[in-house]
Amino acid sequence: MSNEERFDVIVVGAGLAGNTAAYLMAKAGLEVLVIERAETIGGKNVTGGRMYSHSLEKIFPDFAKEAPVERKITKERISFMTGDTATTVEYAADKLGEQGKATYSICRGHFDPWLAGKAEEAGAMYVTGIRVDEVLLQDGKVVGVIAGGEEMFADVVLLADGVNSLLAQQLGMKKELDPHEVAVGVKEIIRLGEEKINDRFGAASSEEGTAWLFAGDVSGGNVGGGFLYTNKDSLSLGIVTTIADIGRVDLAPRDMLERLKAHPTVAPLIKGGETIEYAAHLVTEGGYNMIPTLYRDNVLVAGDAAALVMNLGFTIRGMDLVIESGRLAAETIIAAKEAGDYSAATLSKYKTALDNSFVMKDMKHFSKMPKFIENHRIFEQYPGMMDEIMSELFIMYGQEPVKFKKKAMTAVKKVGIMNLLKDGMNGLGAM
Amino acid sequence: MAMSIDDKLGLNRFRADKSYPHITVNQSFTDVKEIERVVMACPAKLYSYENGVIGFNHEGCLECGTCRVLSGGKVVETWNHPQGGMGVEFRHG
Repeated sequence: MSNEERFDVIVVGAGLAGNTAAYLMAKAGLEVLVIERAETIGGKNVTGGRMYSHSLEKIFPDFAKEAPVERKITKERISFMTGDTATTVEYAADKLGEQGKATYSICRGHFDPWLAGKAEEAGAMYVTGIRVDEVLLQDGKVVGVIAGGEEMFADVVLLADGVNSLLAQQLGMKKELDPHEVAVGVKEIIRLGEEKINDRFGAASSEEGTAWLFAGDVSGGNVGGGFLYTNKDSLSLGIVTTIADIGRVDLAPRDMLERLKAHPTVAPLIKGGETIEYAAHLVTEGGYNMIPTLYRDNVLVAGDAAALVMNLGFTIRGMDLVIESGRLAAETIIAAKEAGDYSAATLSKYKTALDNSFVMKDMKHFSKMPKFIENHRIFEQYPGMMDEIMSELFIMYGQEPVKFKKKAMTAVKKVGIMNLLKDGMNGLGAM
Repeated sequence: MAMSIDDKLGLNRFRADKSYPHITVNQSFTDVKEIERVVMACPAKLYSYENGVIGFNHEGCLECGTCRVLSGGKVVETWNHPQGGMGVEFRHG
């Protein structure tokens, strides 16, 4: 090569996929440059957020002992809400927190610098506060990037530039996102203090956390819901709602969050808390069918840019998938470096590896879920039905006795027995 | 008392880039229903619509992309990331 600086690989984006890949490639001896547009690592990154740990465990066994995770989730709650009622299911179990299966609440601003630090220690070079303006092409071939007005060269470019991957769009590898397949998440970080969190959420220590999902009134009947995760000394409280539904009812996504905060189930939990940050982020939820082209000559797409997120209704899962995509992209690039061949034929091993991994298997397995969740009955009618059944069960005021079965059926009939059966079957089918 | 969006944005760390609006709107776009959806959609409430004029201020943008996904090529004329180091900087995320 000439005297121009040249890397084996340029990674665009210091998120989970980019940092994971950078770490593994640098460790294997590759010259890696990571370019991040935020001034500090993690500065543009947002999660709900809870991370399923298994894929990072493979790379850093026992990472939670060292990494800045918030809490280990040992309690799962789901609430079906009307305006002033909530029917809540709680599942509390130590096995939720077993090594290798555990999930952790995390804040990306705390977590991502740790992971990037690992990559830096392994020899990856990081530049921050620089935007990659475009992928650099010569004779139609990817040869690097243009960032901050400068040309930078590499044998291969790994696009891990997040959900709004304009670069994958530039290359025609990704279409513009479809509002039916994308939701917007809006979140506040509310500082409450460790002790209050432990008391209010029944945690025996500051290591134990709660994940909580809210369906029903929160989204005003639109496809969407609320979420809450307990962090070390704060709560992540937010809503997610499908973009195509915006305007369907007269409730803005930003107001859904206020509605959640004001709900009698949530208000006492956040009382006295201080909001310290406000964030919004897109969530791709089209599943398997919206995954873009993942490789071409000299370029790969990983992470949120590759739409590796699953909306399972009761939870949104993505961080374990994108870490795995970063790992498999790294393995592919390391092999390509050994072979001295970065053609699409060689890089196609990335797609094959993803297909054979839990990532695509799970994405395919749940491919009916996005369609199922688009059913507005889930958000409009079922929470009300739950309310009617529960109020019949629990409220006594000396009224004339009516068999519970009959009362419950009255509530069910409002939704329609056939609808209930159909939705039940579809829901099971989608699982 | 519900917090206003301005209050919420005031909690965030921003480095405003006055010289470079990373999002631009199409003032000649006239579908009122579409414009109102965009006004409703923005989590940072940066869009407004009054007397036939679309108001938009890129400072305070959370860089989520909702407006582009909803109305790219319609209300939203161009959408890019802010220049490196500019815009919102999440401390917690």
